[in-house]
Parts: sequence; C-alpha cells; structure tokens
Amino acid sequence: MSDDADKQSRAEASGRPERAKPEPPGYFEGESMTRRRALEVAVQGVGGLAGAAIVLPAVGFAVAPIFHRGKERWEAIGPVGDFVEDTYRQVVFTETESIGDAGKTTAYVRRSSKQLGEEPGKFVAVSNRCAHLGCPVRFVEAAGNFICPCHGGVYDFQGKRIGGPPVRPLDQFQTRVRKGQVEVGPRYSVTSQLEPVRARDPGEFTGGIWEYLYPPRPSTFPPPSS
Amino acid sequence: MKLDSLIPAPLRKPAKPGEGNGAKGAAPADLKTAPPERPSDAKRIAERAVEAPVDVLAWVDQRTAASGFLTGLLYRKVPKGTNWFYTLGSATLFAFIAQAVTGVFLAMYYTPSTTQAYASIAHINNDVFLGQFVHGMHKWGSSLMVILIFLHMGRTFFFGAYKYPRELNWVIGVVLLILTMTMAFTGYLLPFDQRSFWATVVGVNINGTAPVLGPYLSDFLRAGPEFGATTLSRFYAIHMLLIPVLIAALITIHLYLVVKLGTTAPPWLKAKLPEPLEKERV
Repeated sequence: MSDDADKQSRAEASGRPERAKPEPPGYFEGESMTRRRALEVAVQGVGGLAGAAIVLPAVGFAVAPIFHRGKERWEAIGPVGDFVEDTYRQVVFTETESIGDAGKTTAYVRRSSKQLGEEPGKFVAVSNRCAHLGCPVRFVEAAGNFICPCHGGVYDFQGKRIGGPPVRPLDQFQTRVRKGQVEVGPRYSVTSQLEPVRARDPGEFTGGIWEYLYPPRPSTFPPPSS
Repeated sequence: MKLDSLIPAPLRKPAKPGEGNGAKGAAPADLKTAPPERPSDAKRIAERAVEAPVDVLAWVDQRTAASGFLTGLLYRKVPKGTNWFYTLGSATLFAFIAQAVTGVFLAMYYTPSTTQAYASIAHINNDVFLGQFVHGMHKWGSSLMVILIFLHMGRTFFFGAYKYPRELNWVIGVVLLILTMTMAFTGYLLPFDQRSFWATVVGVNINGTAPVLGPYLSDFLRAGPEFGATTLSRFYAIHMLLIPVLIAALITIHLYLVVKLGTTAPPWLKAKLPEPLEKERV
C-alpha cells in the first residue's frame, strides 16, 4: 500500500507518468479477490478449524458436569416408628456414591407436626448444611434451634433463619415411606416461607427476584410439588 | 596459535594484521633453516581439552546469538537509587520456582483420589525420606509467595511504577496475582483432611454467591451439584497443570516488559533536569 503511494508520489514529483504494473498471475477482469488473498483466507480458515477441533472438545469436556444430572438416589434411614413430631433424629446417609466419607451428609429427621401447620403423615428431613457458606449445623435440643459453628447462624425448629448471616432457611431432603421404612431422596432448597424450590448452593438467596439472580442449575432435581 | 590447525576453518580466529603465515609484509618463514616445532600429540590434546568448553559455547553461540541477548538481559542499566525493594519481584519469581520444583516431586507420591489422598499425604509426611521437609517447603512456600507478591505489588504501587509506559505490566501483574490466589485455593484441598475439605466447601460457596453465573461456576469447580468423585482430581489438574503453565507464560511476558521498558527510579529521587532548564526553573 505505502509502496504504491510512494511510487505514485515520486512519479508525480518527477513529472513522469507511472509505468503500468504487470498483472499478477491468474488475474482476470472483474475478479473480487486476488489469488494471494484467497489463499490467505483459506489457510487461516483451516488453522482456525484445527484450533477449534482441539479447543472445543476440551472445553466441552470441562464444563459438561454443569449440564449433567446424576441418578436420583433414595436411602432408607429407619422404620417409621423411629421418628417423632417434637424433636429431630440425626441420620447420616450417602449423598454422593463411591467417594467414601466425603460423600456422606447428615439430615435431621422428624414427623410433620400438626401444631406447626404442616401436612400430617409426612416426614421432614432438614439438611445440616448451613445456608450461609455450607458448614455443618447442629440441632441443639435444649434451645430447639439449629446453630452453625462457623459464623453463628441460628435457625428455628423448622429450619427458618432467626439469626446470623444465613440468607435463607436450611435445605431439606425429599422423603417417602417404603415397606415401613422412611427414605430420604434428593436435596431441595426452600424460600423464607418454606416453599420448595430447586436446590441452591449455600449463600444464594431464594424466592422472588432471587430466583432469577441465582438461577436453578440443570444439575439439580426438581423440587417436590406441594 | 598452534591450535589453529585443529579447529575447523570457519571457527578459526582470524589472524591479526602483521601476524600469521599469510600476513602481508612479512617475509615467508624459511622452513628449511627454521622448521616449526611440532608439538607432541599429548600436548595438543591437552591444549584442545582446555579450550573445549569455550569451543562448545562458541558453537552454540554462533548458531543462536544467545550471548548478545543475555548480555542485554543481564547487564541492562538500572536507575540511580535502585534498592532492596526492587528485589521483591525476583523474590516472588524464586518462590514460584521453589513451588514448581517441590510440587513436581510431591506429585511423585501424591494420589488425587478421594479415598487415597489423605493416606498418600500421610505417607509423604511420615515415611518418605525428607517427605515432610519437601511438603513443608511447598506448604509454607505458598504462603511466602502470596506475601511476596503482595509486597511486590505494594512496591510497584507506592513507587508509582505502574504508570506510563508500564500499565500493561501492572495489568499482567494483577492477572498473575489472581492466578496465584487460584493456586493457593486449589492447592488447599489436596491434603484432603477435615480442614482442607471444609475450607474448600466454604470457598466454592463464596464463589457461587456471584449473581447469575455464580451457581454455574460452583458446578464447574465441583464437577457437579455436590462435592463429588472428580472434584479432587479437577482441583489437582487445575493446580498442577493448567495454572502453572499460565503463570509461567505470563511471567515470561512480565519479565520481557521489565527488560524492554526498564525500571523506575524511586520517587524520592527527583529527575535531574539539564543545566539550562535547571537554572530557568530557579
């Protein structure tokens, strides 16, 4: 480009007419792209394809778990008679298989209570995972509260937040009765009014506009209908 | 030089004017009356051996021109007032190299499996010769690197060394800081004891509190909705493969820019104006 301009200006300065440039090889009247340019585009295109062939599968491989939902898992935790209305029983069960103790989690389980306005004949399984940042909470019998050791989160008997930094009530697990045994299933989160929503990670608000700011993830199970 | 006959012609040092056989103006030596003394083979080999390292270096240098590059790199000029604070960047680099070296050797004994990781770390600490020492260097070295990188950043900030034309180097430095923090975060899980497990749970959940994309970031880090079978190996791969390569590449660019742009004088040294301007100012 600059060469052409230089030549032209030099030619003008010296008052000589510019010499006609020879046509490049393969030139024809009305061509839209020179042969050199076409080859450039082709080489860059092939290079881009080769790069994409390596990068895209690798990235897909790394992000695939975001879109994968595992198998629904139910585990029996004891006969129906083991659980009462007015206090919790602590049970430990496997949430993630084949990773040993790291895959286990704790739930506090009781019968649903008429006094609290819950549907009778059901079982309530409250997760011990704090809704603040995921530390394990403990049910303190004397106070009737769940208390988190990390940052002082406090929840009432139903798992609603009554103090500290947590942003929502404690998560729950789906429950059902099979052959006289209470079984716990997938985790779900609840709003401040204890309405079930898809499971959220600790620290994420639920209900209202938060359902859009912290969207439900494809890797979680739909909440129980109620 | 008598050795000249042994050295291949292209590498031979050219004779100085007035010396050597073909020198102009010198009468050719009379080989009959003064035959040149012929050195013994042993002597020739010994002389050759002494020169060998230099020859090898010269051979490499002739093909790479590395000496010019290294001279520019190592003998560059630094401003007056350069002091110990200017060594913090090199100290951070040294900490990174120490982490890389000890990390490579720890990887020889470590098993990134949820059921075996804890036992393999216990094995390193209790059974392997110097294992506790190497593990300790890596563990404490990580804190050292984080401290040093912050001191280096503070030096750059308070000396105004981030200003034109070094803004890009500041930006690269900030990326390096983030990568270093990511290294510290992913490495913390690897011993897989109670402390590292729960710290990682909390850390991943903090990442997840970013609106909209946060929940997906958590799923990406954990490889699923809960801490799962591949979470540990994922952290391990990020910790020992992905980020070290990125850090090494960015450090190279960071250093290139340091050499290219030079360092700044400390702010308490005022630039000396040329004499006429200095008078004008008064």
